[in-house]
Amino acid sequence: MKENKSDKQLFQSYKNGIKREKKIVFAWQIAILLVFFTVWEVATRMYWIDPLIFSSPSRVFTVIVERLSDGSLFSHVQVTLIETIIGFLVGTLSGIILATMLWSSQRFSDIADPYIVVMNAMPKVALGPIIIVAIGPGYLAIITMGAIISVIVTTLVVFSAFREIDPNYEKVMRSFGATKWQLFKEAVFPAALPAMISTLKVNVGLSWVGVIVGEFLVSKQGLGYLIIYGFQVFDFSLVMSSLVLIAIFAAIMYKVVEKLEKWLIKHSR
Amino acid sequence: MAFLTLDKVTHHYFSSTGYTKALDNISFSVKEGEFVALLGPSGCGKSTVLSIISGIMKQTAGNVFLEQKPITESKMAIGYMLQQDYLFPWKTIENNVLLGPAINRTLTSETKETAQELLEEVGLPGVADKYPSSLSGGMRQRAALVRTLINDPKILLLDEPFSALDYQTKLKLEDLVSKLLKTYQKTAVLVTHDIGEAIAMSDRIIVMDANPGTIASVFDVPIELRDEQPFLVRRHPKYQLLFDRIWNELDQKDTHVTSSQEVQTDERE
Ligand SMILES: Nc1ncnc2c1ncn2[C@@H]1O[C@H](COP(=O)(O)OP(=O)(O)OP(=O)(O)O)[C@@H](O)[C@H]1O
Ligand SMILES: [Mg+2]
Repeated sequence: MKENKSDKQLFQSYKNGIKREKKIVFAWQIAILLVFFTVWEVATRMYWIDPLIFSSPSRVFTVIVERLSDGSLFSHVQVTLIETIIGFLVGTLSGIILATMLWSSQRFSDIADPYIVVMNAMPKVALGPIIIVAIGPGYLAIITMGAIISVIVTTLVVFSAFREIDPNYEKVMRSFGATKWQLFKEAVFPAALPAMISTLKVNVGLSWVGVIVGEFLVSKQGLGYLIIYGFQVFDFSLVMSSLVLIAIFAAIMYKVVEKLEKWLIKHSR
Repeated sequence: MAFLTLDKVTHHYFSSTGYTKALDNISFSVKEGEFVALLGPSGCGKSTVLSIISGIMKQTAGNVFLEQKPITESKMAIGYMLQQDYLFPWKTIENNVLLGPAINRTLTSETKETAQELLEEVGLPGVADKYPSSLSGGMRQRAALVRTLINDPKILLLDEPFSALDYQTKLKLEDLVSKLLKTYQKTAVLVTHDIGEAIAMSDRIIVMDANPGTIASVFDVPIELRDEQPFLVRRHPKYQLLFDRIWNELDQKDTHVTSSQEVQTDERE
């Protein structure tokens, strides 16, 4: 009995140690954030840096509150978020579908190989103007930008995961007389699931790049548009506000995907 | 009457740099209900023979007949068991075991019951809903055995199914497999490195020679040993006699065994 208690005590102190470490890390993170905003605020007030260019936290805060209360910010945030989410989904799903097509035919993948290499090397945002001319300057072009930027990388990663499956699983399936499609469904696809999940996080970040560049070019609506607009009328508080909002929403989206990833891993073993 | 016949089977593996002749003129036949062991040094083509019999691979020359029909036309269920269990880690034991019926679309509540019964018969009650990762090596191999037996295959191909297990587990599984095959009157071909295992389990032992794979000699297991449990065979006086004869046969080979070599086809002038 006595020993049992000391076991528990040891475990308790182990847990307390972890908790304390977490608190210390969190305190540092908050401190850095506060210092950053304070230095920024003070530096602009004391004219160490040009407040016209670098704005200041208080002005950014005022701009955000003002524009939120008069409703003019909301639609921009909404447009950008929707474009990013759709671009992310379309890019990821098309990548997986393309990889499946490559896997299904050795000859097709051999033929497609050089084209995929070129498309992967190509900086996708350079295609922006052509996409806008071809599709028209609207949501569709921006979503295409958000999707196209991640589709080839996803294809490559998922395709190589499909090919890395242990050939002995294939032997097992073939010995039961499985068709190619059954082999894919029962063995290849589930075996590659972790690789697919790991592309999700990367693709969220890529979609933001595509969408913001798309909004720069289309210049109609969205946080990317606000940045370009603020830049043109020399309203850098607006530019900074947009950046802050992008940082916040990109981080939230990343966290959501991270949660989704954990959930998928747990339910797909 | 011969159940399975290999007639002058030759197999080459091709690659861009050359080819390997893995099998040269292999001919033997197996009667219904007979248990044949293939014994030979590493790389002599034992696994290749099994892959060809199972229909997973097509021989480059010669013929394989199952009940007088070429294997390509035979619709007979073949059970193939590999060195490791290759249970799918993302499926429960029950779904792993029911893989064959699922592929052949013969999954009914009856097959599910059979799966339960077989799992109990091999000493795995109450694991149906577990995942392979929570089972020991011996338990997993037993589950793989059930996965093979559930299709009621007329012929079983066993590719060193016990070699990844510890000695004690191996002896127990030998007894189990031997008992099951006798009760269900299955024909079986067992590949092994282990002379003792070959004698303990089989009715006839085919010793192979490497480079290229050929049949060196054939030993009949004495009638007294055939119907005995594998564990008890190892204590029989005749066991040691046969063991020594086979040992000598393999020992002679050893003097000129080299590792397999690929024939380089040099196309440069
Ligand atoms: N996929 C392959 N491509 C090229 N050569 C192969 C391939 N598989 C096997 N070989 C060659 O064919 C020969 C026979 O191989 P096999 O796997 O049938 O031998 P084995 O008797 O089963 O050996 P082990 O006892 O080590 O399992 C070897 O020389 C091997 O190098
Ligand atoms: Mg082998």
